[in-house]
Amino acid sequence: MTARMPASPVRRGLSHRLAVNAVMTVVLALATAGVVALLVWILAYVAGQGLKYLGPVFLTQTPPGEPSQAGGGFANGIVGSVIIVGIATGLSVPAGIAAAIHLVEYRGRLARVCSFLTDVLIGLPSIVTGAFVYALWVAHFGFSGLAGAVALALIMLPLIIRATEEVLRLVPNELREASLALGVSRARTVMSIVLPTARSGIITGAMLAVARAMGETAPLLLTALGNDLFLEANPTRRMSTLSLQIFNNAITGFATAQARAWAGTLTLIIIVLVLSVGARLLSRRGIARSAR
Amino acid sequence: MTPLADTPATRRRVRARWRDTDTVFRYAVRAAAALVVVVLVATAVFLVAQAWPALRHYGILSFLSSDRWAPSEATTTARHPNPYGIVQFVYGTAVTSLIAMVLAVPVAVAVSLYLTEVAPGWLRKPLSGLVDLLAAIPSVVYGFWGIFALIPAVRPAGVWLSRTLGSAPGIGPVFAGPFFGVSYLVAGLVLAIMILPIITAICREVFATVPTADKESALALGATRWEMLRMAVLPRSRSGITGAAVLGLGRAVGETIAVTMVIGNSVLSITKSILGPGATMSSVIANEFTESTEPFHLQSLMVVGAWLLVIALIVNTVGKLIVRRTGEDIA
Repeated sequence: MTARMPASPVRRGLSHRLAVNAVMTVVLALATAGVVALLVWILAYVAGQGLKYLGPVFLTQTPPGEPSQAGGGFANGIVGSVIIVGIATGLSVPAGIAAAIHLVEYRGRLARVCSFLTDVLIGLPSIVTGAFVYALWVAHFGFSGLAGAVALALIMLPLIIRATEEVLRLVPNELREASLALGVSRARTVMSIVLPTARSGIITGAMLAVARAMGETAPLLLTALGNDLFLEANPTRRMSTLSLQIFNNAITGFATAQARAWAGTLTLIIIVLVLSVGARLLSRRGIARSAR
Repeated sequence: MTPLADTPATRRRVRARWRDTDTVFRYAVRAAAALVVVVLVATAVFLVAQAWPALRHYGILSFLSSDRWAPSEATTTARHPNPYGIVQFVYGTAVTSLIAMVLAVPVAVAVSLYLTEVAPGWLRKPLSGLVDLLAAIPSVVYGFWGIFALIPAVRPAGVWLSRTLGSAPGIGPVFAGPFFGVSYLVAGLVLAIMILPIITAICREVFATVPTADKESALALGATRWEMLRMAVLPRSRSGITGAAVLGLGRAVGETIAVTMVIGNSVLSITKSILGPGATMSSVIANEFTESTEPFHLQSLMVVGAWLLVIALIVNTVGKLIVRRTGEDIA
């Protein structure tokens, strides 16, 4: 009886193994190429549709009273986005940095709990945050830009805590020790040694959080509500944002409204990409500097 | 400002002031950290408080025992049957998330293997940056693009699925036509694209922690690069990949606007076919919130929100624990 070798991977022919290797290499490369192609498809499609209508009129006028009419623009949404995200940034950045300081510089049980809950908060659906702000604020005081800003601030808060926490941990302990050894107080050390050292990383994190807030739509439906008729600069009244106007115009079914929505989408994408790419370049420069 | 005279008295004063600001500072940052805990607890409390009138009126469990959502049938007095059944939304969330996972996880693993182990060095950074950019695109853009670019592109495939598998025995109902575009399938596809960069980012970190020695030993024993990936990298990363997938699932479960735009918002009952329109827990809230005028309508949407919160908390906590444990194992 001739002994037959079982077909184990090791015993398989070398050419077969090399062929599998080549095939899998191609599969992995194709998967990556496919994902990049998807990104290009999305960006190119948005650019192609958006450029048809994006122009000075779009950026400076408010929508026509009737969505089926042509013309008009999202000036009120752009202003609303800037105001609401601006307030949200003002609320969340100081609080986020302070919380991160507690996590890194003071530690303790609250810090451990807070660190874990920050991760949980990052995963909280934004519509749930919107519903929370509705229950907390809108149910008593009505829809307003301010309520939208609070919702966005709550979404930005954990992102800023996490980003700041990461850069604060990168600040060398020697710097803190040197400062404390000179008799400088803890608070002074943090404010004038630790934070300035981590500045570019903190700005990066804040920019990414702003980019995220710019595109948020769902929580604003429940808080700022939108206002497609005129330019509203008073955040205590209901306000429109770029994202809300895109959503409302996109689902109307009128080609004219959709043209405006595409121009708005392109505007939003440009804002978000400038913020994200800018943040990435900034962080790379920051890392390069600290490595030197 | 004149400089303080350097006397023991001024030194003491300066130190005292420092001590005071130090205490204030410590309490201030402590309060900021406590804010995170407060926000999470308050979210749960306020959601349940808003939902409470509906929960008390219909009974807590009655929402989970019906798949019929018909706000127009609600009255201020009738308690049975509960017109606000939410099972179809739980079903919609589960089905769309499942489709997204099945499509996104293998691709994400392949992409992160390529980016960490296979791609030429000069290509890794720029390619990773491009994949990360997918995460920066806002949800509303995915939804809008989904309606006008993705649905026409997948329509032939959807129609083909309904023609071939739609009448097959057993699995037929899952692929039953007609296919109009807005459907669980397209919502799942959009979700897959949205969670892909998240899973990829975590997988890349996980793969990067595999010790070089392990990979080199595999290669030294004569393994091809794929065999090295399969025998040295993937087995070590299994729990990390699981954690990444669960965190991606967490994102898929809560995603709202993009899903609302492409799922069709059919709320009356469960649509069995993945080619048919439906609704998810988050999409029904976004879609009906501003026009919720029926009795207990808004409160019932808050019930949906509260359950969504529970599911999202469980999924995210589990995912985070798995990823964190992996990190400790490797460290």
